[in-house]
Amino acid sequence: MEPKDENKEGIGGMINPRRYGIERVAYILMRLSGLGLLAYFIGHIYETSSILKGEVGWAEFLELTQTNEGHAVLAIVIGMCVFHTVNGIRVMLGHGGVGVGRPARPDYPYLPASQNSRHKMGIYSAIVLAAIAMLYGLAVMYGE
Amino acid sequence: MVNKMRESVIMKIHYGTALAAVALVAVHILMRLTQSFAESLEYENVIANYQFLPYAGMLEIILILLSIHGFNGLRVILLELKQGRAYEKAVSYGCIAGMIGLIAYGSRTIFMVNMGMV
Amino acid sequence: MAQVSSVAEGKTTKSVTLRIARYNPKHDSKKQFMEFNLQYERWTTVLEAILDVKKHFDHSVAVRYSCRQATCGSCGMIINGKPRLACFTKISELESDVVTVEPMNNFPIIRDLAVKFERLFDTHHKIKPYLIRDDSEITSNEKEFLQSPEELENYIQFANCIKCGLCNSACPTMATDSSFIGPQALAQAYRYVADSRDKGKDSRLKIIDDSHGIWRCHFAGSCSQVCPKGVDPAMGIQFLRGYMLGFRS
Repeated sequence: MEPKDENKEGIGGMINPRRYGIERVAYILMRLSGLGLLAYFIGHIYETSSILKGEVGWAEFLELTQTNEGHAVLAIVIGMCVFHTVNGIRVMLGHGGVGVGRPARPDYPYLPASQNSRHKMGIYSAIVLAAIAMLYGLAVMYGE
Repeated sequence: MVNKMRESVIMKIHYGTALAAVALVAVHILMRLTQSFAESLEYENVIANYQFLPYAGMLEIILILLSIHGFNGLRVILLELKQGRAYEKAVSYGCIAGMIGLIAYGSRTIFMVNMGMV
Repeated sequence: MAQVSSVAEGKTTKSVTLRIARYNPKHDSKKQFMEFNLQYERWTTVLEAILDVKKHFDHSVAVRYSCRQATCGSCGMIINGKPRLACFTKISELESDVVTVEPMNNFPIIRDLAVKFERLFDTHHKIKPYLIRDDSEITSNEKEFLQSPEELENYIQFANCIKCGLCNSACPTMATDSSFIGPQALAQAYRYVADSRDKGKDSRLKIIDDSHGIWRCHFAGSCSQVCPKGVDPAMGIQFLRGYMLGFRS
């Protein structure tokens, strides 16, 4: 089957955050933070290997991280890390069927029990904790 | 190998590595806060960290856990983006190669510094 | 692009612009929209508006419909950006002066608003949507399979599925993954696995434990938000995965 004939929404549809509430936003952020953290992790492994070049090599690497740009990148990484962790635990519990409600005869207007306030709170908590961690990280980095 | 593994086994590994990594990365980050942040990153302190065997062992475990989790996550995203037998095989083996490469590269740093080869 | 005025008569209260996507994969390179100005009542559904267009302006608009009461699952389409049943969506509840209707995403287009359902039915069949067990209640000298009201409650919600395909259209994985089994089939797998009369759990779990099976659901929940029957596929999928992760037995 030709992809065009399938009328798939594509990446644009997948990452569109406007139509399906905070759960879809969390799905997108989870993906982006996962990719971002993998990129950072690869970079981190590569950069820390500069210690093999001795004290001079290590000092050059540290200089790179102690710029405004370096601090900004680290703050974003901290935010991604906290969001990915907290939301990841929420998703993992959900995947096991924890906190997704109980089956019941549906009544109009058919509000889905799986999209409940517990999970919404989990998502908002992940976002808030990520923001707090970013601010704390910036305070530590600039406080010294 | 990854093509023969059931997806449920792969995903259980994905969840397991995530949970274990959360605990160990927390220790790794807290170690930066035992002293002042800048002090903890000084050359002598970092070398001392690497040469403390339990810490070096923990770094190695974190390296393995995050490499498995990260590259499996990438595999999942790539499998969902495009389909096809050759493409999916390339993604699976490419991610395994990336994972092994990253573990090998990181392990080299950990072992060499731990053994005082700097 | 056509601009036509309504000829609808009677107690009309408001007017709306209905934009209908026109596309024939046999000779069109891209979708085009035709606009119709219509008058509608508080209770007028999008399907009635489309049928009004077919009756008065352009009978060539292709649309699939049947029951007009959210039971047959035929008239799923994208209405103002979200998958909905045209017969179950009142124009007044959209709170917009413009209503845009397009064919459902993630389904091949036959023409205009009509899409092919072959893949949805294939994946539905794949999960064995019937009771699996060695004995049968229609064999003579056998009793019917008894079930308590509590056991019925475990799956009855998921038995409400009308196979309209809205969940598959909203799913972010379906947006890019042509091989994903989809929320409709996964929710139906749970419907049978949760049925106390069924003995086919292991075979169904094996079918969905695939690189494009249940693990490609990431609990975004869009499927449940668009379901017009309250099936809540996301809940069923997570319960189903709970069996595989050892959270349920």
